[in-house]
Amino acid sequence: MNTSMNGLAVPDVSVGQRSPEKVKKLKRPGRWASYIMMGLVAVLVIQSVATNPNFGWPIVGEYFASPRVLDGLVNTLQLTFIAMLLGVVLGVILAVMRLSTNPALYGAAGLYIWFFRGTPVFVQLLFWGFISALYPTLALGIPGAEPLFSTDTNSLITPVVAAILGLALNEAAYMAEIVRAGIVSVGKGQTEAAHALGMSNMRTLRRVILPQAMSVIVPPTANNVISMLKTTSLVSVLSFPELLYATQLIYAENFQTIPLLITASIWYLIVTTLMTIGQYYTERHYNKSTRAQGLSIMRRFIELQKRRGTNDAPAR
Amino acid sequence: MTQTPKVMVKATNVWKSFGHNEVLKGINLEVKAGEVTTLLGPSGSGKSTFLRLINHLDTASAGRITVDGDLVGYREHNGALHELRPQSIAKMRSEVGMVFQQFNLFPHMSVLQNIMEAPVGVKKESKARVRERAERLLERVGLADKRNAYPGSLSGGQQQRIAIARALAMEPKLMLFDEPTSALDPELVGEVLDVMHDLASTGMTMIVVTHEMGFAREVADSVVFMDGGVVVESGRPKDVLSNPQEERTQAFLSKVL
Ligand SMILES: Nc1ncnc2c1ncn2[C@@H]1O[C@H](COP(=O)(O)OP(=O)(O)OP(=O)(O)O)[C@@H](O)[C@H]1O
Ligand SMILES: [Mg+2]
Repeated sequence: MNTSMNGLAVPDVSVGQRSPEKVKKLKRPGRWASYIMMGLVAVLVIQSVATNPNFGWPIVGEYFASPRVLDGLVNTLQLTFIAMLLGVVLGVILAVMRLSTNPALYGAAGLYIWFFRGTPVFVQLLFWGFISALYPTLALGIPGAEPLFSTDTNSLITPVVAAILGLALNEAAYMAEIVRAGIVSVGKGQTEAAHALGMSNMRTLRRVILPQAMSVIVPPTANNVISMLKTTSLVSVLSFPELLYATQLIYAENFQTIPLLITASIWYLIVTTLMTIGQYYTERHYNKSTRAQGLSIMRRFIELQKRRGTNDAPAR
Repeated sequence: MTQTPKVMVKATNVWKSFGHNEVLKGINLEVKAGEVTTLLGPSGSGKSTFLRLINHLDTASAGRITVDGDLVGYREHNGALHELRPQSIAKMRSEVGMVFQQFNLFPHMSVLQNIMEAPVGVKKESKARVRERAERLLERVGLADKRNAYPGSLSGGQQQRIAIARALAMEPKLMLFDEPTSALDPELVGEVLDVMHDLASTGMTMIVVTHEMGFAREVADSVVFMDGGVVVESGRPKDVLSNPQEERTQAFLSKVL
């Protein structure tokens, strides 16, 4: 078509046409066998799940949208959001400290990351829960002098505060590594250009480096949000009524353990599924920009090669 | 009053080493206000390093550099040098423009945002005023129609012209160019050199590291040839380029000309 529009001779008729030959598809007997096998397994599982009365589906239905379960779900979502937000903010600060040339700063950040990544989050949550055994009262003021403010630890570190502290401080250690990877992914030339324009370190970070680091930071962060949603279930140990603990409170009364655990699981699945869909789109969005960046790196490389070439043979 | 133009940049016995690698071994150099100086020299001779010392992107190991009479990076008090605070260094850098081989435009900002970022954010000038200046600069580098484009969609030559406009938007008293055309396809070199030529004719003080002998010959007021971390030879272009006195200069020029 293109060629005929230009009025040129068509060089190759077969281009763009399907070849007339019949192609025999390769036989894949193994594939068919696997279809049958998986189908059989699925039927067995579904049949057992549907007919085994111990699953208690009517009870699942009864509690699925009950106020206590929904309150727990809301608490879980809020806890995820707040812990993640604090984790990100603290993570950025830790990442910047880690990249600082000040030994006290990067040392402290390194120690923090080492500790919080090196101990289980469950243990950390227990520590926050039992913090009053460690420090029965909390006081603010100058050591040795009369404190400005003093309180009983248990009234300040309530279960929800312990939950937020435990989750956020742990998350910060992971976010710090993600943010650090993002920052170092931005070329040194960007910092130099910003500095050469008289921009301060802070301004360079805020206006030049972080916006570009986003494409490296956002996809794993989305992943961490999904992890965080599930990790909040550990907080049940602090008697904070998030989704899991809310259902535990119910089955403590009616002994319908399995149906209520199923109820919680279905809600976790629903939310993680929605988040995974969101993650797919954010990842696709940022992959686009990484792909463009990859191209420009390639172009630079080619340009550099060209330049090398002209340097070696400077005939002009 | 004397008629001699004032000195914009003065380097006195400047040394720089990276670890055990002595890159600059006592550079002495004077650049007068309103003049264009080109730095020539083989790869690794320390040209970029020297340029970066002028706006304190790197710190000299020894020696002094002054820009417009002010010591770069330090304050002298009772015969001792005191390191300047970051704010003072940033202030000094905001008065010196720098153009890089790799352009280093901010890819997440439009052309106009690239140009306006520092005058608005660093010098705290009013947006309206900076915008007007940015438009004028874009006109001057011939890219007024690209004001809303992003760097990724521009050719290398266009990006470099934007980078020059971005530096000029700070109204610097000195412009440093580090091989501004070396990363460009040959057919794009001319448009960038034209902008630089035009800038030189407005009386801007410029230090240009380049391999473009045509530019050095036609535009520069002086040529400095560096090799092995020292200034081997310097003077007017027609003397240094056409009649080099030093053997190393002759050898280098015979290769690039
Ligand atoms: N940050 C650094 N750390 C260690 N060594 C460095 C650094 N920057 C430059 N050097 C070294 O200093 C020497 C001079 O480098 P410089 O970039 O100043 O040379 P140049 O004259 O600009 O060369 P070119 O023409 O290749 O740009 C080189 O040997 C280089 O390896
Ligand atoms: Mg160089």
